[in-house]
Amino acid sequence: MRRLYAALALMLLTGTIHAAALNIDQLMQGLAQIRSGHAGFVEKKYIAMLDKPVESSGELLYSAPDRLEKRTIKPKPESMILDGGTLVIERGRQKHTLQLQDYPELAAVIDSIRGTLAGDRKALERSYRLVLEGGVEQWVLQLLPVDEKMQALIKRIRITGVRYDVRSIEINRTDGDSSLMVIDKLSAR
Amino acid sequence: MQVPAARAAIVLWLGFLLACGMVISRSQFTTDLSAFFPRSPTPEQQLLLDQITDGLASRLILVGIEGADAPARAVLSKQMAQRLRADTAFVGVNNGEPVNTARDQAFLFNHRYLLSAAVIPDRFSVDGLHAALEDSIDLLSSSAGLLFKSLLPRDPTGEMVQLLNQFNSGSRPRMIDGAWASRDGARALLVMQTRTTGADIDGQQYAMAAIRMAFETAPGATPAARLVMTGPGVFSVTSRETIKNQVSRLFVLSFLLIAVLLLLVYRSFTVLALGFFPVITGVLAGITAVSLGFGAVHGITLGFGTALIGEAVDYSIYLFVQSGRSSQDRQLWIRQFWPTIRLGVMTSLCGFAALLLSGFPGLAQLGLYSMAGLLAAAIVTRFVLPQLLPENFRIRDVTGTGLVLSGLLRRAPALRRPAAMLLLVACAILFQHRDHLWNDRISSLSPVSPAAVELDSSLRADVGAPDVRYLVVVSGASRESVLRSAERVSAILQSQVDQGELAGFESPSRYLPSMATQRARLDSLPPPAELTARLAQAVQGLPVRAQLFAPFVDDVASVRDRSLLQAVDLEQTSMGMALDALLMQRDGRWSALMPLTAPKAAGINAGRIQRALNATDLTDILFVDMKAESDRLYSGYLREAIGLSLGGLAAIIGLLLLIFRSPMRVARIIAPLVAAVVTVTAGLAVFGQQLIILHLVGLLLVAAVGSNYALFFDREAGSTVPAISPGTLASMLFASLTTAAGFGLLAFSSVPILQAMGVTVAPGVILALVYAAIFARSSDA
Repeated sequence: MRRLYAALALMLLTGTIHAAALNIDQLMQGLAQIRSGHAGFVEKKYIAMLDKPVESSGELLYSAPDRLEKRTIKPKPESMILDGGTLVIERGRQKHTLQLQDYPELAAVIDSIRGTLAGDRKALERSYRLVLEGGVEQWVLQLLPVDEKMQALIKRIRITGVRYDVRSIEINRTDGDSSLMVIDKLSAR
Repeated sequence: MQVPAARAAIVLWLGFLLACGMVISRSQFTTDLSAFFPRSPTPEQQLLLDQITDGLASRLILVGIEGADAPARAVLSKQMAQRLRADTAFVGVNNGEPVNTARDQAFLFNHRYLLSAAVIPDRFSVDGLHAALEDSIDLLSSSAGLLFKSLLPRDPTGEMVQLLNQFNSGSRPRMIDGAWASRDGARALLVMQTRTTGADIDGQQYAMAAIRMAFETAPGATPAARLVMTGPGVFSVTSRETIKNQVSRLFVLSFLLIAVLLLLVYRSFTVLALGFFPVITGVLAGITAVSLGFGAVHGITLGFGTALIGEAVDYSIYLFVQSGRSSQDRQLWIRQFWPTIRLGVMTSLCGFAALLLSGFPGLAQLGLYSMAGLLAAAIVTRFVLPQLLPENFRIRDVTGTGLVLSGLLRRAPALRRPAAMLLLVACAILFQHRDHLWNDRISSLSPVSPAAVELDSSLRADVGAPDVRYLVVVSGASRESVLRSAERVSAILQSQVDQGELAGFESPSRYLPSMATQRARLDSLPPPAELTARLAQAVQGLPVRAQLFAPFVDDVASVRDRSLLQAVDLEQTSMGMALDALLMQRDGRWSALMPLTAPKAAGINAGRIQRALNATDLTDILFVDMKAESDRLYSGYLREAIGLSLGGLAAIIGLLLLIFRSPMRVARIIAPLVAAVVTVTAGLAVFGQQLIILHLVGLLLVAAVGSNYALFFDREAGSTVPAISPGTLASMLFASLTTAAGFGLLAFSSVPILQAMGVTVAPGVILALVYAAIFARSSDA
């Protein structure tokens, strides 16, 4: 009995220690270990010009370190493939190839997501100040733009997760608009 | 010969030289591609030539900066670009820096209702507006939606998005440190468009010098960095340099080599100088004839001319070696040997005359040059040179050499069997290589080195520069009519794009729609009050309020009051540069170029596109596959050259038949020539040289020059004429050696045209002499 209690106490202790000790480096290391993933998403955009939010849904595919594919199914099929510095958007018959460097505001937002998935702290800290709250079972990572130009566009990016799964990405823009992407379990493959 | 007649000959000769000098001093010398252009091109060929000389791609210079490190390369690129943008020699300098982006986007946005193909009356009906708004709202939910959010109130129908799709230019180089770089990141890239056309070699040379200067004097210049350049203009400039250098070097070298050879025989500088008189006259006469006949002399012709020195010097060798010391001896030479030499000259002329008929000006120039040159050299040898020789003229006694040769000649028949074997082997080799004997790519004529071609394709791939292969060209009397036709062709091509037959196409009407189209688009826009009313209905069922679009109503109202878009409005934008390249005016006619892009991993079905274009009532449209056209052009030349060479051979045989009236005797003369031609061709095949047109010209030369030797060996059956003398044999050896030396030097040239002639003629003439000796009627027969 004593032994059992001791074991339980030890488990509890290590568990709390573990949860409390989740720091950015640990989170990043954990995220970096996931080499690829596949998940569904639902995204809502709240835009002041529009009377109600626009909603889209589809699936996300990620493979480390820098390939991210977002396949939107509703309301209109669209695919967005980010590979290195190139973004290819296919919508209907139109296919656009963009160089991220040409669209800094788009790049910053996309890189925040990709950087988080890749656990690339250096890349994230190039544009954002990182604030981590919570423990392994439930964490919230806030990205706050450091650059003035970015601050004029983005107020905050809030990423939540469970263990090393990203569960939601919320982007608050400086103009009051916002978007929330909810991700079901990003299953490792 | 009487003294006054002799004087008259000399005076006439000097007068002729003076006249030649005057013509040449005013002659124009070229090194461009004009020598490879047909004299009377078809419309498709003309288009091809226009494209090569001053088309879309001819004004492009691609620049790479290699070495040093990436940041240093990017800094250099920016500094060079900044300096060259201020240079009027360049229309455009692009290294990826966003110098035009803001201006371009402002231009597109301000003129979106005139430029967008989606602007039709239906688009601005209640239903059309509703559908367009729905699309725009959907776009906001898209990944790239936030790029367009701010545009919504002013552009709710999404014309700007439409335009960006329309002008979507495909792949662009990657950016490293704010400037374009190659895919592997190892070089920085710049793309320049020159003001002068690719055909203006001086202009291109200036542009190249300006680029080099900007590179070397940039504040960030470092010895670790290297500059590389390519483009059609760069090729023209380097080709000119190569041809210039080679021709002058070849001239000096062949002159020296032949002089040394002759000095060994003559042992007298006076005789050497005299021996060169016919040569110099021939060269001058050749250049003069080409200049008068063609208006300009090509560098290649001059290069070829240096080789002909070795051939023209033969006549004086025959005179000096074969004739004795006194003037009586010379008269004897004229009676005894001149008829044979005259016949040799005539057979050569027959061979070259065939080239005159070529539709390939390069070949025709060679033909004329050779005919004029040989004729002048022979006439000077016959009528002028004997008068100039001093009394008691003597050269080194060559009887010794002659006797050795006579001995060899007597034993030569023993070689008949091996020679026949060699010939058989040669025939077998030719049969074996029959499918890939010829090189049918036009690039085989280009003097550009393989390394330069490789650099070109690698830079092109880096930049993603268009490979202009398929072109639709629309021409007309005015800009407006051409733009209207281009719009109709665009509609046809767009349906081919929709069916997946094309990946895309370009059209000047995309950047500058015709006035008619612009007016129709303006008429599609309703007046402000009407638009406001329609909007109020259109937003029903959509999550937006009509008031949001007040800026849109204002913009439409102001466009309705504005004048139509003109070509000048495009100046200073990237679209203006594109328009310049696609819409041109020449000799009062306008033409629009519409390059097509093939779908990835599939070619263009030319027949299908042609049929689609034929289905319209449009005239003055031309659909050209540039690569097929240039290959057709070249294979046409090749076929023609084969025909002409055979014609030349036929003319030689015909002439000999006419003179000798004995087919057997003519066959005896021709046989060694044919044997030499077969053996040389087989040799080239063995060494992996694919034949180009100029090899063929070389073979014709072998036949023409070789006929001289064969004629000396020729004797009538049962003739009482004494066997060939040791002196004659010696003179033939020297003559063939000088010819082989002159052409042999060409074999070391890096200009493929000259090299081809060199490797064919030099061994060919020696072989012709040897075959002629082996198969000559034995003196004791």
